[in-house]
Parts: sequence; C-alpha cells; structure tokens
Amino acid sequence: MNTLIVNRQQVEVNDEGYMKNPAQWTTEWANQVAAEYGIMLTDKHMEVLNWLRKKQAEGVALSIRKVGQSGIVDIKEFYQLFPGGPLKVSSKIAGIPKPVSCI
Amino acid sequence: MVQTIEREPVTSKQNVPVEYRNDKVKKVMIICSKGTLEDVYAALIMANGALADGRDAKLFFTFFGLDAITKAKADHLHTATVGNPAFMPAMPTMLGGLPGFEAFASYMMQKQMDKMDIPHVTEFVQMIDAAGGEIYACKLAADMFKLEKDDFLPEVKGIITVGDMYALADGEGSHFIFI
Repeated sequence: MNTLIVNRQQVEVNDEGYMKNPAQWTTEWANQVAAEYGIMLTDKHMEVLNWLRKKQAEGVALSIRKVGQSGIVDIKEFYQLFPGGPLKVSSKIAGIPKPVSCI
Repeated sequence: MVQTIEREPVTSKQNVPVEYRNDKVKKVMIICSKGTLEDVYAALIMANGALADGRDAKLFFTFFGLDAITKAKADHLHTATVGNPAFMPAMPTMLGGLPGFEAFASYMMQKQMDKMDIPHVTEFVQMIDAAGGEIYACKLAADMFKLEKDDFLPEVKGIITVGDMYALADGEGSHFIFI
C-alpha cells in the first residue's frame, strides 16, 4: 500500500500519487503536492480546488471543458494556474481521483 | 506558519510532474486531411488530449480537412453513410445515398456527441487554442479551394507551406499523426 506522510498524518494514495479517500484532504496536502509541481497556491487556485472537490462529491464527471464553464476560470487561465496537464495536476492537488475524460 | 512536511521518496514514474518525466512523446503534429465528422474529431480529440496531458500539440489542416476550420462549414460536418462499411452494417448501402440520409445520420451522431459532453468543432478549436495548441491551414489546399485568412476560424494562426509545417514540428520528442 502506498502512503504519504503529510503533516505527520498518513495519507493513502494510489500508484500515481492520487489520494484514495478525498476526506483525508487538507490544505497541507494541497500545498505539498502543488510544491512538487512548482506551484505556489493562491486564492484562485484554492477556489478551483474547492470547486473540483465539490463537483466530484456531487458525482460530476469532471473535464477541462466543465472547469472552463465553472465561472471561476476560463480554459486559458486553468492551463496557466496548473501547467503540465491542468485537470490531472489540479485533481491530484484537490485530493480527488485522476480524471478519466478525454475531452 | 511553517509546517513540517515529510514525504516518502518518489518511486513511481507517474508521481513525477510531466515536465520532469523522461517521456519520448513531447509534442505532436497532427495532420488532418479529411473533412468527415469522425476524422476531424479524431484530430481534435488527440490534439486536446495531448495538451491536457502536458504535451505540445499543433494541427495542420489540409485538403478536405480545411472544412473543419472554415467558418461556414466547421459546425456542419458530415459523416459518410456511403462507402463506410462500419456505418450501420445491416443497412443496404444504397439507402445511405438517399437524399437527406447523410444529413440525418450526421445530425444523430452530433446529438449523441452533445450528450457525451463533446463540444462542437468551433468550440473545440477554441479550447485547443486556449490550451496553447496551434492551428494552421495548408497553403496549397487553401489556394486550391480559394480560401483566404478571413474564411477560416479566428484561431487559425496562419496559412503555411509544408516546409513551414515541418519546421514547426521540428524538435526532440516530436511525433506526427496523419489522418
């Protein structure tokens, strides 16, 4: 089993480093994972992360297009906030499963 | 406040951000020479998917593929109902040629795509542009079909030659996809 130690708490993750149980999410986790991607989290990042977590909890199949329609960021800003694959990176930081959408 | 954060060493390749991965596919040049709905979507989905995965993507539309980036046609592409054995195999081919049949089949296909949250071509092109993807039209084909910059969607960056296209595709880890 893979676990990460975040703020002295054990967090279960899958082989790709995605959190297995979104309930274990903390802002410390977010900051730590974001730092691995060279991202310094701002209020805007947090707004996106909270939106992702909320939608995921509602059972919405997330896609970059849907984030673009969220009213928080457009697609261009989303790519700028989370470079190198925005939905994959932001999902990992948000502690939700890896997205499966191809769009 | 400074938090003490301990982390186990990264072992899995997927744990590493894409820019630090030693991936061989760093950028793709997708050439789309066809104007049928499914071929154009294949090109758009692969370009968008590359970008969403942190890879570089450029699209070069040529011949009938130009329809996909032509303002008047982009959102009205058809799927072939004749000469397409995979399309409703139980149906006699002749029926596919009946007036209006292709339009109807294309409409049904687009409706199904809407249900799956797949954007229309013009929106897809905007998404790719917003994601940093680049879209070009082939000069030879544009001349042949008498199309100019204004005829194309605003996201089209230029009408370029094959030589220009190769220059854009140049670089380490660059790959071509031809449709």
